[in-house]
Amino acid sequence: MRILIFGATSAIATEAARAWAERGESLFLVARDKKKLSALAADLKARGAAKAEALACAAEDAKAHASLPAKAAKALGGLDAALIAHGVLPDEERCRRDAAYALATLQVNFNSVVSVGTPLAAFFETQRSGVLGIISSVAGDRGRASNATYGAAKAGVSAWASGQRARLFKSGVAVVTLKPGFVDSPMTSHLKKGLLFASARKVGRGVVKAMDKRKGTAYLPGFWKPIMLAVIHMPAPLFKRLKF
Amino acid sequence: MTEYQSWGRYPRVGEGEQKALRLSWAHEIPRLRGLPGSLLPRGLGRSYGDSCLNPGGTLLDARGLDRFISFDEESGLLCCEAGASFEEILRVFVPKGWFLPTTPGTKFVTVGGAIANDVHGKNHHLSGSFGAHVRRFELLTSDGRRRVCSRAQNAALFHATIGGLGLTGLITWAEFPLMPIATSAMASENIKTRDLGEFFELSEASEADWPFIVSWVDMTARGRGLGRGLFNRGRWHGSSPSPLASAEPGGGPLQASPEPKLRFPFDLPSFALNPLSIRAFNALYYAKQLGRVKRGIAHYEPFFYPLDAILDWNRGYGKRGFIQWQCLVPMEGAKQSIRRILEAAASSGLGSPVSVMKTSGAMPAQGLLSFMRLRGITLALDFPMSGQPVLDLCQRLDALVRDAGGCVYPGKDARMSGESFKAFFPQWRRFASFVDPKLSSGFWRRVMGAAKES
Repeated sequence: MRILIFGATSAIATEAARAWAERGESLFLVARDKKKLSALAADLKARGAAKAEALACAAEDAKAHASLPAKAAKALGGLDAALIAHGVLPDEERCRRDAAYALATLQVNFNSVVSVGTPLAAFFETQRSGVLGIISSVAGDRGRASNATYGAAKAGVSAWASGQRARLFKSGVAVVTLKPGFVDSPMTSHLKKGLLFASARKVGRGVVKAMDKRKGTAYLPGFWKPIMLAVIHMPAPLFKRLKF
Repeated sequence: MTEYQSWGRYPRVGEGEQKALRLSWAHEIPRLRGLPGSLLPRGLGRSYGDSCLNPGGTLLDARGLDRFISFDEESGLLCCEAGASFEEILRVFVPKGWFLPTTPGTKFVTVGGAIANDVHGKNHHLSGSFGAHVRRFELLTSDGRRRVCSRAQNAALFHATIGGLGLTGLITWAEFPLMPIATSAMASENIKTRDLGEFFELSEASEADWPFIVSWVDMTARGRGLGRGLFNRGRWHGSSPSPLASAEPGGGPLQASPEPKLRFPFDLPSFALNPLSIRAFNALYYAKQLGRVKRGIAHYEPFFYPLDAILDWNRGYGKRGFIQWQCLVPMEGAKQSIRRILEAAASSGLGSPVSVMKTSGAMPAQGLLSFMRLRGITLALDFPMSGQPVLDLCQRLDALVRDAGGCVYPGKDARMSGESFKAFFPQWRRFASFVDPKLSSGFWRRVMGAAKES
């Protein structure tokens, strides 16, 4: 399989890439930081990736996104799947007093997903095959006080992915919405780790499995599915009084 | 942060007493000199005592530096970041036909930690400690320099860092060869021994033909049966003493370690492991094998990593934790010194549920502070930390080891005196000259405390 990964150096994407590399897949890695990319590419090659090509590109660099699918297909000799995995966890306190900051995080967590995803969706549609994995979050299922801004961006991502899935299934393209819960990663290193935290390795492998199976939506790990079902259906008078 | 304790969970670091800095990328490690207080590199925290703790200072958590850098499929040479774990190496490379050159009794250790403790395994008598296999590594010191160290380049620093308990600098990456295997199955024999003499005879007779040897000792036996136990020897299935026959088929598939499914869910109350229950466990474990010899072929996992099947097994020792005491005594006079040690331990009435003994090889140690530094016998005992009597017993055992001209393992220690440390490791002064002024540990402050005052 030939796979493009956007945000490849994030903890979850790294673990998914490792699982693919150990199967001998070919990978095209896109992320902001060149040094991180080359360290990751070396790791994946040592693990057995047939190819691990890297390209530095930022989430904000919308102009460069359009050519990514063609560049990956050229480097790998074709493209069968893509994973969009980048994101930032905003400081919600700051979002409450600094709208410019909040908008900047929306730019990364939502707008750039559309910016990267649109040309990929078009590429797979033309090709009439492909799997597009998009990392959303359980936070997008219902806005909570503690992460309204992040949740809003991820709700947008989930809705956009759902729409693309409905549009592209006719073309034989699967769009997989991946919804991790709390992940023990550098992005959450400042948080206290409770029972609900899963390792990036476990979630990364879950990503690979869900994309293999061309699932619609996958909660990672699976125990989040019943939890989020309860959260979604919780009556508003109760929900707004909960502190979480 | 309380989550950074040692494996023996004694001594404990209190909440807020110790900071931790998670390192994720080798090129983003901050300037060590710019960080407040003393620093200590930390891997998976399998050191039993305070050599992996830095109360009052900061731990440099290197688990995020876990990338492989290169692997040569022809020679098996692996270069990886220091936080890569043995577990991950096995998971990736066993299916491709490669195994670690040597491994301790748990795979949950990092490469950096394996170097810093110069860990040994069941093949020590033939293959030496882990440091013997390390070709080179990079060391980051607080002066901001990154030095590649090998036997040819920065050799003095290379030998100070192997077994150097993380005190000479932060290892960022290391290079060492993996060993080819044709199967992931081990052929092993468990032989019931009647006394200490039989252990020595079997060790001598097995060393040339069996690359992996370890013995469990029944700590309840005294008098004539002192030192009896189960002598365990193994080799890769299908391999044979003669290298010509090593291509013999019938190896079975190459399978990596299974994922552990069990986790010790809570701290066992401290009364659960008492001298009586430990006696019963020892007696049952010895009696469970009925015949003299038991042969078997099985996956390497239970052979190398019997305890890895249960995550957090150390919680079985309860909240107060436990002390592991491991010594090495020279082969000359070993029978007498091991006998004295076993007698002292057995007569104390403090049982040790897991007691392990094996011979060490004759190859020279690679580190200034390497534990396995001479040809002899190593014995490891576990004691639930029940208070002063345990500490007193270990003190008595230390004295016996000093008399014998041996040493006690710093990577497992939580209580040895500075005086004992200096007697065990006569090269300590030379080692101290390589210690990075910014780095320290609970262990190091404890054993050097007296020297600073005088």
